[in-house]
Amino acid sequence: MPDVHSLVNEFVIKLQKRQIEGSKTTAKLTAELLRSFISQLRLPHSNQAGALIDAVKEVGEKLITAKPVELAVGNVVRRVLHIIREEDLSITNAAVGGLNLASESDDDDGNDEYDHPVLSASAVAAAARSALRPPSLQTLLDDMPHSAANPHTSSSGGDSEGKSKSADSLRRKLKHDVIEAVNELIQEISTCHEQIAEQAVEHIHHNEVILTLGSSQTVKEFLLAAKEKNRSFRVFVAEGAPRYQGHAFAKELASSGLQTTVITDSAVFAMISHVNMVIVGAHAVMANGGVIAPVGLNMVALAAKRHAVPFVVLAGVHKLCPLYPHNPEVLLNELKSPSELLDFGEFSDCLDFGSGSGSPLIHVVNPAFDYVPPDLVSLFITDTGGHNPSYIYRLIADFYSPDDLVVRRKSAS
Amino acid sequence: MVAKKGSRGGAAGEDAGEELSRDPLQAILLADSFATLFRPITLERPKVLLPLVNAPMIEYTLAWLESAGVEEVFVFCCAHSKQVIEYLENSNWLNQPKFSVSTIESYNAMSAGDALRLIYEKNVVHGDFILVTGDTVSNMPLTQALKEHKERKKRDSNAVMTMIIKQSKPSPITHQSRLGTEELFMAIDPKTKELLYYEDKADTSKGTLTLDRTMLLDRSSISLHNDKQDCYIDICSPEVLSLFTDNFDYQHLRRHFVKGLLVDDLMGYKIFTHEIHSSYAARVENYRSYDTISKDIIQRWTYPLVPDIQFLQNSLTKLERRGTYRASESESAEFHVTDVGLSRSAKMGPFTVIGSRTTIGKHSEVSNSVIGEDCVIGSNVSIDGCYIWNKVNIEDGCRLKHAIVCDGVTMKSGAVLEAGVVLSFKVIIGQNFVVPAYSKVSLLQQPVRQDSDEELEYADNSSGNIEITSVPNTTDVLEELNTEVGGAGFIWSVGEKGLEEEWRHSVAPISADRLLEIIKSATDELDTSNEESNILPPSGELGIDSDNESDDGRDDHAHFEKEVEATFLRAIHENVEEDHIIIEVNSLRLSYNMASTDCAGALFYAMMKYAVDTPHDSAGELLKITNGVIGKWEKLLKYYLPSLDEEIEVILKFEEMCLESTKEYANLFSQILHLLYDKDILQEDGILRWESEKEQADESDKVFVKKAEKFLQVVAQGGIGRRRLRVGRVGNAFLLVDSLGAMEIELDLLNEDLIGFSCFP
Repeated sequence: MPDVHSLVNEFVIKLQKRQIEGSKTTAKLTAELLRSFISQLRLPHSNQAGALIDAVKEVGEKLITAKPVELAVGNVVRRVLHIIREEDLSITNAAVGGLNLASESDDDDGNDEYDHPVLSASAVAAAARSALRPPSLQTLLDDMPHSAANPHTSSSGGDSEGKSKSADSLRRKLKHDVIEAVNELIQEISTCHEQIAEQAVEHIHHNEVILTLGSSQTVKEFLLAAKEKNRSFRVFVAEGAPRYQGHAFAKELASSGLQTTVITDSAVFAMISHVNMVIVGAHAVMANGGVIAPVGLNMVALAAKRHAVPFVVLAGVHKLCPLYPHNPEVLLNELKSPSELLDFGEFSDCLDFGSGSGSPLIHVVNPAFDYVPPDLVSLFITDTGGHNPSYIYRLIADFYSPDDLVVRRKSAS
Repeated sequence: MVAKKGSRGGAAGEDAGEELSRDPLQAILLADSFATLFRPITLERPKVLLPLVNAPMIEYTLAWLESAGVEEVFVFCCAHSKQVIEYLENSNWLNQPKFSVSTIESYNAMSAGDALRLIYEKNVVHGDFILVTGDTVSNMPLTQALKEHKERKKRDSNAVMTMIIKQSKPSPITHQSRLGTEELFMAIDPKTKELLYYEDKADTSKGTLTLDRTMLLDRSSISLHNDKQDCYIDICSPEVLSLFTDNFDYQHLRRHFVKGLLVDDLMGYKIFTHEIHSSYAARVENYRSYDTISKDIIQRWTYPLVPDIQFLQNSLTKLERRGTYRASESESAEFHVTDVGLSRSAKMGPFTVIGSRTTIGKHSEVSNSVIGEDCVIGSNVSIDGCYIWNKVNIEDGCRLKHAIVCDGVTMKSGAVLEAGVVLSFKVIIGQNFVVPAYSKVSLLQQPVRQDSDEELEYADNSSGNIEITSVPNTTDVLEELNTEVGGAGFIWSVGEKGLEEEWRHSVAPISADRLLEIIKSATDELDTSNEESNILPPSGELGIDSDNESDDGRDDHAHFEKEVEATFLRAIHENVEEDHIIIEVNSLRLSYNMASTDCAGALFYAMMKYAVDTPHDSAGELLKITNGVIGKWEKLLKYYLPSLDEEIEVILKFEEMCLESTKEYANLFSQILHLLYDKDILQEDGILRWESEKEQADESDKVFVKKAEKFLQVVAQGGIGRRRLRVGRVGNAFLLVDSLGAMEIELDLLNEDLIGFSCFP
């Protein structure tokens, strides 16, 4: 146990010090951390799911407060909580079935109806997801699934030894299933780029001009996938001040044989009429379909809207955040160091507080993110396919349980 | 840049790990500044534990070292070592994975030199190490600098230290950096980045620096900077420690060690510099830098070490509009209620940090300030540019401007702090009491001994305890005034340097009056130098005129010489001031339409005439007298020798004298030439130009060139060893008086426009 805690602490410190950058890495690391946390957690005999949820919530809260601006952490925590609830529900269903079976087996009356193997909840969920149907309608109807269902198992578990034995195996099963599902989640996060890139051919056509801003791994793989399918197209890269990651991005694209043009951010409006489609990455996708994206994208989106150019946002599902941008928990921005904008030495004479009123005459603000409202976004491409901004809430209902939306307040009370 | 640091830092950490598989990267952190600039506060608490934007300074240093990939830190504690150790024990630092912090305690170290000698004895440092003080705020990645250091070390085992510098322009008015330190002059080899010259206590009034000429012997150029800030972050090889042990008189890291190594060419140790651009590094040296660095932190130059990012010990803080940070307690049940009890009518100005559990009353205004935790601030209080620490109680109607208020201070209603005040721990300021500007108030009495600034905080710590007991029965000016209104504390008398220096290092910005004063005195200097340069152009025009009137020009010339001679003699007999002679000679020049070269010639003639007229027996005595006369009127002569032309004129004049009027000098020609050269009246260039001019002349004219042959050779070789380069300062520009012009010297100039640059050949 202590080593898990030290793992958690180490991760928290890394998050705090901004040593982990990028939503995908953060999401993956968070999921892996939660997996090892769950696997080492000793569960009580009764109300396992509840205990598990509380424990994960506790850790999750720590992780979220360590870097509130990185919404992917909260997303993964909520996903894991959702997984636990789902698994618990499926086991409970099975257990209820099992108990019924046990009680009926006294009458020596075998009932095939309950004999089917317990389906893995993840399989159920996956099936449900592919059918685009809520994974468990019961969860939504049932206000508190674990509080309703678990006392039942525990009380019956105490009834007889045989039953407790089955509860014991069920307990192991719950943990095992949860870990299995978390593994799947990790797999999903790590393959999200390929999943998204697979759809590239459907969106990029011959002789098109694509505009993007800054640098995004998702966008890069998307474009390269289209290139591999022998689509010939051109890419305009806006340099993405103040970090100018667009420069390196253009270099990468060019070295892969893509026809690339670099423009300044301020030239986006001038160039947008030549462009067929804007494809960008995102920092997070909010529940209303709004996007938190690298700074400068709002301007690009407005330009695209003005010229009726489709504005396509690529985002792995781990970027899907069940919160709305007006939520007080959502920090829309992070102010980075002004040294990215200007050279401290050159401006040091303007920052001399020794003269005048002592208050700085120059203030440099360097926000990292922009907010793009949903009506400026034409299409989201996630690993599950293309979606309209107005459909995002539906996806969120698939992936998150409404009980977990507020991770913090629950655990504090 | 900074953002990329995360991933890069991680990868770099691994790289460094491979490279240093035997030696983990070590750092020595001196938790004692060995200075007294933070008194009286440091009598009660060590400087490294003083809060800087609501987190102890040492937190910033340790957090930076950890994120920069340092694995082992030795914290050297001296003054208040118990407090530092206790603090570290209560913090998380001692049990961090992959980052070990251990303390070394000393009671008798008096300086950084002593500290390093002690560490050397302990034999804990094995490889290259980072040497910092516990008051450093930085976010620089060390990887690059370390790599450079190691590569240099491989090539040249004498490269023992890499000093981190950062560009920062000094104020042109006060000649101090934005951190309140003296203007720093550094000469750096632009190619190898070797540090050649380091002067932080340059005499700005004199306006010149002298650099050793040997610097230029084996390099094509050097650059001289006054716009670099020393970050006091050094990457040192283990030799540095043994160097300190060998030279037991090295005390100060810069004043003794760095300068010592630069001067000492026997051992040949070299110091190099590494300039950082996008990252931040600075050291809290005095109250001024405390103010400046606090503001830099609030403006996020130190990202990620900023208030709204938790780097271990500080409490959760939210960044609001206009650079305002407000603490909120994450543990509290209703998380959206901030713990700051801000009255609705209280005004929070820009760039303000307010700690948790602090309450601010009605109609109070706070701007550009940092307020700590658990403070109670009444209504109608005005706080501007202040640093208020924890548990401070400020009652209604107080006014504070640019002050530092330490823990536990109480200000009764209506009290006023004027700019630059420092209130030490638990001081009580009585009702309506006005604390005068720049005063420092402490419960402890000022130690009677006025030691030099070398003295350390700790020396007084021992006696500090005794003084506390003596507080109640001693009375002081402040206490007398204060006790009637319920105050407690002593106003410290300002040090020997007096108020004069106090404004330089205070938290308060330098007042406009003071700045005007400085500008005035500076422009006075400029005026005089302008006068000089103003004289030159008309003389040129006049020179053409005098050519036209060459008929009676000769006559005029003789008259003029006579007049100048008479003026000079009168000056000697009546003790006239130099300035008056200058005015008189100038007026003579105007009335006779003479060029400035003529003035120089005439004046020189007058001097030599006077010298030869003084009774003497031998040539040796004459030389002595000449020496005396020239020595006395050196300044006057120099005034008329602003450029080469004048110098040549003087030599020609001298030659003429030797040939015609005063043949006595003929045999002393070489010696006197040497004398003039020694006194800096003549420069190499002038002499050499004279020689080359003479080359085309008749054989008969070359008599004196031959006489001075030996001397000329020496001059041509670039002077004798003690000969130095002179860098003059005109206004804000540097003027390099390089005698040979063969070497290219880059000057980093503050101002592009050079005043009086005309005299450069």
